Amino acid sequence: MTFFRQAGAIFWKDVLTEFRTKDALTSMLLFGLLVILMFHFAFDQADSLQMDHYGPGLLWITFVFAGLLGMNRAFAGERENDSLQALKLAPISWGAIYLGKMLANLMFMLVAESVILACFAVFFDFNLLPRLGRMCGITLLGTLGFASIGTILAAISMNTRMSEVMLPLLLLPIALPLVIGAVNATAAIFTDPPGEYLGFWMKFLVVFNIIFVTLPLLLFDFVLEE
Amino acid sequence: MNRNWLALSTFVAMMVSIYLIFMYAPTEATMGDVQRIFYIHVSLAWTSFLAIFIVFIYSIRFLASRDRQLDIKAFCAAEVGAVFSTTVLISGPIWAKPVWGIWWTWDARLTSAFLLWLIYMGYLVLRRLIESPEQRARLSAVFGILGAVDAPIVYMSNRWWRTQHPAPVMGGGESSGLDPQMRLTLYVTFAACVLLFFYLWKLRCELERTQEVVESLQRAPQFKEVS
Repeated sequence: MTFFRQAGAIFWKDVLTEFRTKDALTSMLLFGLLVILMFHFAFDQADSLQMDHYGPGLLWITFVFAGLLGMNRAFAGERENDSLQALKLAPISWGAIYLGKMLANLMFMLVAESVILACFAVFFDFNLLPRLGRMCGITLLGTLGFASIGTILAAISMNTRMSEVMLPLLLLPIALPLVIGAVNATAAIFTDPPGEYLGFWMKFLVVFNIIFVTLPLLLFDFVLEE
Repeated sequence: MNRNWLALSTFVAMMVSIYLIFMYAPTEATMGDVQRIFYIHVSLAWTSFLAIFIVFIYSIRFLASRDRQLDIKAFCAAEVGAVFSTTVLISGPIWAKPVWGIWWTWDARLTSAFLLWLIYMGYLVLRRLIESPEQRARLSAVFGILGAVDAPIVYMSNRWWRTQHPAPVMGGGESSGLDPQMRLTLYVTFAACVLLFFYLWKLRCELERTQEVVESLQRAPQFKEVS
């Protein structure tokens, strides 16, 4: 149980730091809104936007890009303040550092995503409410895997020159199956009644999450070592 | 295996496979002679997936033992694998254009070959951007493991995705009912590609070791005084 208490402490530390500066959240939110704005003009031809066709992809691209921005902040703060060393010296398991950071990233992303989702519904006149429960489930599953891979890859790219550029290069290829699963699941609930493949893609997301939450947990110790 | 023996057997296997491809294998009924690129293309693709598997194995072994030699092996397998992966992406469109009429389609196999190439590139760029050799070995091993686990998942997710939509272009259909002569040609070509991979891999590892020796000599004090 101490493991989870340690992870909780790290999580709370990150949330508190973020709450005081609001760096990551603000930039994620604004960036997400800008992506939506860009897409509106990029796709808006004479006839109206076909929401059940473009919607799921548009939404997940926005989530992924906004998430990338947040991930870059995950370890940047520790590096700027030289506090990573102290974190490593603390009498806690490094897996707990990973788990805490991952949960904090997950929460920032979910907060940003819920605002983006609401704006999405308003901007594109999309009837979200009847689908809200399912949408939350898919978003949670998609974001969990993304935050999990993103946190370990952010810790890796933190050690490189040009870490901000490196992270997308590492993260996007690995996260592709996740995006495929999430987009397809979202597309399935955008139609009335829900598409028949919804269950399949939900199971796919669950399996992907099991693999890519466990694996970083096992590998994270190697990343922090010196 | 001794390097020269490996070189010789690679050479012989490649000669045999070229003979089989151009002389022995029958001409395909609908695609004609251009289909002969299939033997090389598919063998290269299989070998590039074999290479990521080798990266996976050596990355795990490196993290377990911290032996520098294992890291060199993982890195060199990735570099040679990246070359194979690039040739897959070049030979594919050359075959696709005359047969399908298009250079590229987002089919499961094409997409996963492309993604495998991106993972290789990510791995190689990552290594270039980390300065300390010890850290480079450790972090790229972690990425190598994540990337190698991801590769088959990408393939499966693409396949499931595509099977739900009507096929956009007619598939090559090479997996179903291959002529025995064609199958033999494919297997021999695959063996030749694997031998070539192991030969290049061995060569690249030796080069890397030599480079390390040269670098350590350059750092030695007596050289600094001279320069």
